[in-house]
Amino acid sequence: MNETTTLYDKIWNSHIVDKQEDGTCLIYIDRHLVHEVTSPQAFAGLRKDGRSVHRTDLTLAVADHNVPTTNRSGVIKDKESRIQIEALEKNCSDFGVELYSMNDIRQGICHVVGPEQGFTLPGTTLVCGDSHTATHGAFGSMSFGIGTSEVEHVLATQTLILQKCRNMRVTVNGNLPRGITAKDLILAVIGKIGTAGGTGAAIEFSGDAFKSLTMEGRMTVCNMTIEAGARVGLFAPDETTFEYLKGRPKSPKGGAWELAVNYWQTLKTDPGAKFDEEVAMDASEISPQVTWGTSPEDVTTIDGQVPNPADIEDENRRNKMERSLEYMGLEAGTLMKDIKINTAFIGSCTNSRIEDIRAAADVVKGRKVANGVQALVVPGSGLIKELAEQEGLDQIFVEAGFEWREAGCSMCLAMNADKLKPGARAASTSNRNFEGRQGPGGRTHLVSPAMAAAAAITGHLTDVRDLD
Amino acid sequence: MEKFDKLTSVAAPLPLINVDTDMIIPARFLKTIKRTGLGADLFSTLRFNEDGTDRENFVLNKPAYKDAEILIAGENFGCGSSREHAPWALLDYGIKCIIAPSFADIFYNNSSKNGILLIQLPQEEVDKLMEDAERGANSTISIDLEAQEITGPDGGVIKFDVDAFKKNCLLNGLDDIGLTLQKVDKIKEFEARKKIAQPW
Repeated sequence: MNETTTLYDKIWNSHIVDKQEDGTCLIYIDRHLVHEVTSPQAFAGLRKDGRSVHRTDLTLAVADHNVPTTNRSGVIKDKESRIQIEALEKNCSDFGVELYSMNDIRQGICHVVGPEQGFTLPGTTLVCGDSHTATHGAFGSMSFGIGTSEVEHVLATQTLILQKCRNMRVTVNGNLPRGITAKDLILAVIGKIGTAGGTGAAIEFSGDAFKSLTMEGRMTVCNMTIEAGARVGLFAPDETTFEYLKGRPKSPKGGAWELAVNYWQTLKTDPGAKFDEEVAMDASEISPQVTWGTSPEDVTTIDGQVPNPADIEDENRRNKMERSLEYMGLEAGTLMKDIKINTAFIGSCTNSRIEDIRAAADVVKGRKVANGVQALVVPGSGLIKELAEQEGLDQIFVEAGFEWREAGCSMCLAMNADKLKPGARAASTSNRNFEGRQGPGGRTHLVSPAMAAAAAITGHLTDVRDLD
Repeated sequence: MEKFDKLTSVAAPLPLINVDTDMIIPARFLKTIKRTGLGADLFSTLRFNEDGTDRENFVLNKPAYKDAEILIAGENFGCGSSREHAPWALLDYGIKCIIAPSFADIFYNNSSKNGILLIQLPQEEVDKLMEDAERGANSTISIDLEAQEITGPDGGVIKFDVDAFKKNCLLNGLDDIGLTLQKVDKIKEFEARKKIAQPW
């Protein structure tokens, strides 16, 4: 009997090491990315119990959360950041784990570096102590964020004890209208299903609108799957995937490449396979998205307005909205386009890849940043920075008044020196608009790279399509 | 990890939905290489004014709830980051159990690996416990993990579900890694098979 299965089922089934009676499985982990914030306590645990790293060849480390994005020639001024980065260097050296150190051109945000190096491959299981690990699902890799206890578990055993997720499919058909990007697509999905809509689910993205995206766009979509509550987001690998991976430093080579592609081509949901939940949208309905509140589900279109809590029946939701608007310093009914910003941030594991930087540069070219706005571009890796410079994009930004920085997580979560000041308001290409996320008291509006660039130019939230 | 079997404590009401990990412990406090000491900054933005003094209206700053070991909260508690610093901060403060209508996946896993019991109950039952918890020092409730029962301040009993594997680990304070390493032969067999099937 042939049972039809989903892409997620196939990857899950091919990684079961052991299954318990209650359905809990011991799942093999093919790839493990390690960074400085969520690993020190895991390495300390290994040391305490005299354990080693089971497969150093499947583990790759890079410092990203804390690193300065300004000049790196001196020591890191922030003592705690420095200690965390030094601890990563010592741990990698003691345990034999490969590390891209701060001055290595391959250094960058772990979710940018993994794919860029061909470390991320279709059909694999990939984990990292960071919730945005969902990014790698763009390659058809079952990838998800884990906590530090699980980081230690993977280091010691190359496995995790897991319960299977339910299957969910989000289908968007139709052509993406002009000016609509992967970021707008995923924000619209989150707006529709909510920040807990995908809890307990692995989401497969399907339909022409998703399939037409580049790998960069697919990574943006999968990256924010976690903002819809789902740990795993997946795209079936296809020619776009193989084209991206071919020739990358850690991609299979020679005969192994052919074998791998043959296998990867089998990684798709069978016709008729059953999903526990299906959501469908039409691409033509999607406009540029922008958030107004303090959860990624608090999203509207650029031609929309700040919602009114009085319209909300549910008491808990009404209270949450009132609290959000108070924090954001916004009045119900204000047009989104009338909201002034004083910071524009282009970067983060969501939107710091070459395509994102090119899209922002297209908008910025020949224009100037508005008075009183601090605008910065933080490329996702040293290699992306180098490529952008070869294309002359850095000059476009610098001439317009942007700051052009070194690679890292930067103002997405304000662990290094890049922070919003209390009350400051940003158009940001990052992934979370939580209270204080970009700095205590800072206010975040999530947008696409082109929209962040447009806001930097006009000084207020702007429909990028109006700038043409 | 410490065992969890029974717990009797005042329950602190936190009637917010989507309490995210940045609210539980903002990123600027993640620059530690230890698991301990994070309790001082738990709920930092909600708990303290900008000058560092207590916000009087925050529940854990009220005398009746200062020593609460149980939190009652709204849906989707713990959404956002995978930082285990969130359960470490809760545990370091003294919170050992959270009751809510739903929890974010990663937070749920991280908590159980640190001996914190998360109890998911239907909204109506959480609403009732939330009302009870508003009664301050009189809001003591008891939790019996073995029996899967919560006894409210008025003696009413609520049954709850818990994953059997996680229950066993919590009751016995079991370390997952030790359990998994007993299966190291199976892991090595899996690796040998994989090397042949997928040599890349």
